[in-house]
Amino acid sequence: MCENQSQHGPQEHCSTYIDSQQPRVFLSCWVNGEIISAQIDPMITLLNFLRQGLKLLGTKEGCGEGECGACTIIMNGEAVNACLILAVEAQDAEITTVEGLSTGGQLSILQSEFVSQDALQCGFCTPGMLMSARALLDRTLDPTDPEIKEAIAGNLCRCTGYSPIIAAISSTAKKEREERK
Amino acid sequence: MPEKLFRHVGKSPTRSEAIEKVSGRANYVFDLEFPGMLYAKVLHSPYAHAEILSVDLSEAKALTGVKAILTGEDLPYLLGLYMLDKGILARGKVRYIGEPVVAVAAIDLRTAEKAISLIKVDYKVLPAVLTIDEALKGEILVHKDINDLEYVKNVFFPQPDSNIASWNKAIKGDIKQGFAEADVIIENELSLPAVAHVPLETHVAIAKADPFTKRVEIWTSSQSPFGVRQMLAKALGISQGDVRVVVPHIGGGFGGKAGIHLEPLVVVLSRAARGKPVKIIATREEEFSQLPSRAAMRGRVKTGVKYDGKITASEITFDWDSGAYADYGVNVGRAAQYSGAGAYEIPNLEINSRTLYTNKVYSTAYRGFGHLETHWVIERQMDLIAQALKMDPYEFRMKNILREGSVTISGEIINQYSGRPDQCLAAVAKEIGWTGYRSKEEREVSFKTGKVRGKGIACLQKAPAMPSNTATSALLQFDADGNVRVMIGAIDMGQGAMTVMEQIAAEVLDMPLEKVRVSSETDTDKNPYDWSTVASKYTFMGGKAVTRGAMDMLSQMKEVASQILRCPVDELTHGQEKIFIRQNPHKAVSYQDIAMGYLYDNGNSIGGPIIGRGVYIAEGLTFLDPDKGQGLPALDWTFGAHGVELEVDVETGEVQILKISSAFDVGKAINPKLCEGQIIGGVLQGLGSAFMEGFKFSAEGRLLNPSFMDYKIPTSQDIPTIVVPILIENPQADGPFGARGVGEHPMISVPSVIANALYDALGINFYELPLSSEKIALAIARSEAEHKEPLSE
Ligand code: FES
Ligand code: FES
Repeated sequence: MCENQSQHGPQEHCSTYIDSQQPRVFLSCWVNGEIISAQIDPMITLLNFLRQGLKLLGTKEGCGEGECGACTIIMNGEAVNACLILAVEAQDAEITTVEGLSTGGQLSILQSEFVSQDALQCGFCTPGMLMSARALLDRTLDPTDPEIKEAIAGNLCRCTGYSPIIAAISSTAKKEREERK
Repeated sequence: MPEKLFRHVGKSPTRSEAIEKVSGRANYVFDLEFPGMLYAKVLHSPYAHAEILSVDLSEAKALTGVKAILTGEDLPYLLGLYMLDKGILARGKVRYIGEPVVAVAAIDLRTAEKAISLIKVDYKVLPAVLTIDEALKGEILVHKDINDLEYVKNVFFPQPDSNIASWNKAIKGDIKQGFAEADVIIENELSLPAVAHVPLETHVAIAKADPFTKRVEIWTSSQSPFGVRQMLAKALGISQGDVRVVVPHIGGGFGGKAGIHLEPLVVVLSRAARGKPVKIIATREEEFSQLPSRAAMRGRVKTGVKYDGKITASEITFDWDSGAYADYGVNVGRAAQYSGAGAYEIPNLEINSRTLYTNKVYSTAYRGFGHLETHWVIERQMDLIAQALKMDPYEFRMKNILREGSVTISGEIINQYSGRPDQCLAAVAKEIGWTGYRSKEEREVSFKTGKVRGKGIACLQKAPAMPSNTATSALLQFDADGNVRVMIGAIDMGQGAMTVMEQIAAEVLDMPLEKVRVSSETDTDKNPYDWSTVASKYTFMGGKAVTRGAMDMLSQMKEVASQILRCPVDELTHGQEKIFIRQNPHKAVSYQDIAMGYLYDNGNSIGGPIIGRGVYIAEGLTFLDPDKGQGLPALDWTFGAHGVELEVDVETGEVQILKISSAFDVGKAINPKLCEGQIIGGVLQGLGSAFMEGFKFSAEGRLLNPSFMDYKIPTSQDIPTIVVPILIENPQADGPFGARGVGEHPMISVPSVIANALYDALGINFYELPLSSEKIALAIARSEAEHKEPLSE
């Protein structure tokens, strides 16, 4: 349906935000384990670079002003709102998006727990929610409920009422702990 | 009904589209792009009410990259669900701040934004209608041409030369007599502000108009692809076959995407841009201030009761501050006509429900439309009456609650298959340990600890609001390997329609669930018709259609099997993906062997692809009589109740929900986990309306909180400590497997139950939403000052 979706790599055209008349700067960073080098518009946000430039459409936008968390990604180990960051700030950074959560055609434990606990409805907040959860679990595999709530406090979800999400994060922590043993 | 053993129904398989969604692969319209696509932006009205004197587009037109600019003057089309009162862009006049006046399509968003900034519009500012009372006064008219507007007659009742878009009435019995019989008459006024739906994906639409034909294709984040097709075709004067509407995954709807919104705008822009695809994405601010909300409402209620707690009469006026255009608003007003007295039997009643035009952002359906609002009035009033009678509000409710044989306000007789509100109420009361209001002394003791606790209860009901000829359909086809593809017209916006329909099809066909798949994209060119995914109607109606479609497949297969097995059809039965002879089960033929037609060893073949067809049209509904609102408005009632225990910090007014229990008589939970998901999510949305959400307007009618910074919705920090969903299953005789809808219901009566519990905790009654902590803290302080002692009654 969307003719451009399957293509990868930065593109010269077909972008709403990459203005061909703007000067370009060079960006190089790691995204989901791959090194990316691109000439970019210095004013483009990281969110738009990921979506428009790299065609990583999993990361969503719900407000564009840092208030909803739909655009959450992990940059250098921290969950951040990609809509608030300029792509140039990601120079040499290590970035993970929802597309980078699973490897080898296998859902990660976190994703599987979201599925089995029904931690999503419309799914629009889900990628951001997963990234906030991942960042938390990368810090601790023994999070308390208040810690989980705190970690996703910036991720709005209008559908689920959050409890299934909290349950899914908590059961992921448990499973990952067991796996480590 | 004897408990039948089901293979899939009543189980909770995970939702079928979950993997797509957790992997980031699910496509939303927000994610779609087409080659050569243009981006649209609109210029918004800065005035609540003004004449457009002139528009200067010269500079914007001269900007490189601008491909189309349109104003209302270019677009002589009128749109509306029930009243044709809205242009695609404002024509001649603007009626709210935020209304689109000019639209631009350009090669990228920056250019479109730049072009918008270069447009100059001259307005003559007019006095505006900004409150319910100003609207009722009618000195200034929002629609001067109200007398000439086309509307759905006998369902809606616009009043001449007024701001009343529709005045719907219900009259039952004789209220004069009823009030004369009463021992006590209690009158109250309650109100609530407009709120926003807040889907995480804002409204977004893309259109491609064929420059050589009338054909238009639309991709939209909509709950009503077939509604969009119909209304757009009507507005543009083209045939419905010329319009294709495609809806992939949608990022939340809640009713806000049920009408027709941005679709016509991108269509006309694409036409003006010689067929280039045009995309518009509402910004979050536009989502608040341009796109429709839930109406504000004021309810005035007067109830007559006997000392023993029997209600004798009720007179209720609902006034809806519904904004500049009717949209779904008039139907919200109409919902109050047949459901506005709650789940109680009221022998003598008069309801007047007036949907009012005002110069504010217009309103539309929002999850359970009309019901959270009317139940705010009714369920508070039930507690206020109980207080006046010094009765336990539980007992008082039970005295008046609908039971078998009760007559509803539209004259419908509740029967044994209608569901049991009393059981819902009993279940939540038990769950929270309800024992009646606390005494004044108990309150005073706990007040000293700085944290007071209170409990509350409230009931609710809702039936799907729909035209009496609402219909849906399903097509079921086999693949050659015996898998089944189900095509429906509904949208799954997270409620789980696809999963539930898969369960139903697999159940009827007695197949493994993995072999049945409902397509996740709805395309009006391909999928069979469905009226609209609204009103918690789909499990019921779609469930019926899919059941019938699956049965159609079975009977087609039996026809073929009857020839193969040389056995009359009525001796055949099915199971294990086979049609077999009942008496002789090893004489069987598999679904797979019949799926595309049966091939004999000698090369002969019979049958052909098996395609099941199932339809359902609302049965037995009637128009409501225009004067008294009597008739059969809806298919099924889902009743429910909430019970809550909360704790208030007496200093800050902050409230923690310790436990909320919500029971619904769903008839049969096809997928209990999905039902519970609706309950947990819906309750929190209701808590948003209860505690924090509400539009604020300036004196000029400007929305003051159109952002997440200023308009808060519940976050993970605001959730109740415990939510206990309770599913009660008194089957609906004509529901699929006995099921009723429950998608919207969980948010209804949540604000009411909270305010009821606040009374129990504090001895203070609240009449206006939202119940912010400041409001609560102030009320506590005021009550202390007034009584010089805390928390007296
Ligand atoms: S889109 Fe980035 S926080 Fe909302
Ligand atoms: S699942 Fe819809 S917003 Fe979270």
